[in-house]
Amino acid sequence: MSNIVGIEYNRVTNTTSTDFPGYSHNEDFSWDVNKFRDTMDVQISHLDDREANFDLIHIDASIANAFRRIMISEVPSVAAEYVYFFNNTSVIQDEVLAHRIGLVPLKVDPDMLTWVDKSLPEAERFTDENTVVMSLNVKCTANPDAPKGSTDPKELYNNAHIYSRDLKFEPQGKQLDSFAKHPVLPTDPDILLAKLRPGQEISLRVHCILGVGGDHAKFSPVCTASYRLMPHIDILETIQGEDATKFVKCFPPGVAAIDEKGEAYIKDARKDTVSREVLRHPEFEGKVKLGRVKDHFIFNVESTGAMTPEEIFFKSVRILKNKAEYLKNCPITQ
Amino acid sequence: MSVSEVVASEDVEMLSDEHAVQEEEELDRDKIRLLPEAASEDGTCASFQISDEDHTLGNALRYIIMKNPEVEFCGYSIPHPSETVLNLRIQTYGKMTAVEALHKGLKDLMDLCDVVEDKFTQRIREL
Repeated sequence: MSNIVGIEYNRVTNTTSTDFPGYSHNEDFSWDVNKFRDTMDVQISHLDDREANFDLIHIDASIANAFRRIMISEVPSVAAEYVYFFNNTSVIQDEVLAHRIGLVPLKVDPDMLTWVDKSLPEAERFTDENTVVMSLNVKCTANPDAPKGSTDPKELYNNAHIYSRDLKFEPQGKQLDSFAKHPVLPTDPDILLAKLRPGQEISLRVHCILGVGGDHAKFSPVCTASYRLMPHIDILETIQGEDATKFVKCFPPGVAAIDEKGEAYIKDARKDTVSREVLRHPEFEGKVKLGRVKDHFIFNVESTGAMTPEEIFFKSVRILKNKAEYLKNCPITQ
Repeated sequence: MSVSEVVASEDVEMLSDEHAVQEEEELDRDKIRLLPEAASEDGTCASFQISDEDHTLGNALRYIIMKNPEVEFCGYSIPHPSETVLNLRIQTYGKMTAVEALHKGLKDLMDLCDVVEDKFTQRIREL
């Protein structure tokens, strides 16, 4: 059976995995690590500290999906969880500001903190091992040196706009040493948190703890973690002349091209969005077949900045392994 | 051997083999439960209820257990979206018990993760 998912104008075909023992007489589909090691492949096409684009090839959808789900909702990261207000005379309400601060991604290595034990009484719960403290103390004043006739609040007032960079890290206890090289900062300094006018002030303290994306999206270490299947385009009959020009226009730039003989050919199917535009034109009927490769996953992982994307992927693999290992060690009760 | 005996012997084995692991982690007796009304006498088919797991582990585990040629059927379901439990059903052809098939599946899944991690590390080093 082909490993191409067929894409027709109104339906998809051949979508389910069939690589199981007993499905075919000719092929043995039973699990074999060595076989998997030989066939499975990873190709990294782009990698920087915020974004990664890589392919996982010859892997089942259930496994690829497990990695994707874990990256989004089970890889731990640090975010603001408790906000203590001392003063807030701005127009933005306490709970709204607290929510905005919670969503600010912080540059903290999650391995530097331990989990907060929720079973302890609140007074003992937070220590220098599991909590990072940040504070925000700002007051807006009029700027006496503002140019005459100016209407720009940034010129008229001091501290009119409060940004994520105004959150100041307050190391506690042994954090003075452990965080000396990597002080806690928002990964993006220019996130607008509030706007003030002269006389208004905000004074608050933030406790940041470890959490997982499943509990709240602010704890998710990724902006997006997604995959798509590799597009596959088959030209069944030669397309030439004016039709070829039209054919090329049916795809995003760089997918199809015309060779020296004036015939259309597929240059790079990976760039295709599988819009199915080509299937709308009667002149191409029966001449082209669209599909996607069932076991070729193109991952795109965008980090919030706390960890590198490859680190997030590694953690997702380890978390899946730990899940299996933990379950294996649990006694089966009745 | 009845199902309870199969399970009991597994328990004893695990206690002796892996007491080192269980010394650090507290024994989680609520993690996985055998559903007695859905099991056969000889233990070749059984249903399990796993708590605090979802499609992430459910579907991956179902796939890897189905890869075992001794397994006739494997399926999973999340009976209700508000309850974080996962039901897993395994039926074998008879040469293996359902518990053995489950443990083989978990081991294979761990091996798979190792291969993916190694491969990814190798490719990063090649960059």
